[in-house]
Amino acid sequence: MLRLLSVLLLAVAWAAVTGSFSPPNLLFGLLLGIASLFLFRDEVGKSSGAFHPLRVLSLSVLFVKELIVSAWRVAKLVLSPRMDLRPGIFSYPLQVDRDFEITLLANLITLTPGTLSVDVSEDRRTLYVHAIDCSDPDAARRDIAEGFERKIMEAFR
Amino acid sequence: MSVLIDYVAGILIVIGALFTLTASVGLLRLPDLYTRMHAASKAGTLGSCVVLIALAVQAHDFAIATRALAGVAFFLLTAPISAHLLAKAAHSAGYRLWQGSVRDDMADAAQPRQTTQS
Repeated sequence: MLRLLSVLLLAVAWAAVTGSFSPPNLLFGLLLGIASLFLFRDEVGKSSGAFHPLRVLSLSVLFVKELIVSAWRVAKLVLSPRMDLRPGIFSYPLQVDRDFEITLLANLITLTPGTLSVDVSEDRRTLYVHAIDCSDPDAARRDIAEGFERKIMEAFR
Repeated sequence: MSVLIDYVAGILIVIGALFTLTASVGLLRLPDLYTRMHAASKAGTLGSCVVLIALAVQAHDFAIATRALAGVAFFLLTAPISAHLLAKAAHSAGYRLWQGSVRDDMADAAQPRQTTQS
């Protein structure tokens, strides 16, 4: 299921990049997708989780909204005459445990207001997040847990 | 209709350019690598994406539009990874957080009881 979806996604990406959605080109994209997935066959498809299209969509909408808010806040911050900075790195205990969920969460955190993921601990239980305003790490942890992490778990389990 | 499209594209380009400008101002004004990555990864990404979307709106060619949108998708996929890797590399190379930073759980985990606060 996940493999089929990845192949389709790769075919669409190929068609978009080459700029033609003609059947032969889509077919070629499918073949390329299968070939490239074959190269990564050990990594892909191990995690056979569920997939809820509507919730993925809701996650994407949340993500775009957060990205805009985040860029706006950075803009406001760097254009203010006296920047009020309290940066710091806080640790975030991960609830998600699969590699691709951690990757997704880390990427989403990086593109959202005031936070940037720096590293994952060796045991994959802790995510280190740099925050531009780290005066209240507990609130930041709560935001992530109730926002993206919950949405990711809803979308892929 | 095409005038309207031109206006929409023009407005999007100006918005994108402004965000990119704030990203570069941020790079100059923020005190250390980690805070600078915030400016580069967020405002920079949004700025570039909005400009690419303007291209997709204005292009009368379907092929150009899909390529621009694919560019947006790849930007969103790759920008956070580069920001994350730069921050991780800097931290493991021992690059200190700015002295005004309030906490560093990562350093605490690596070597307990030695915060970089000063």
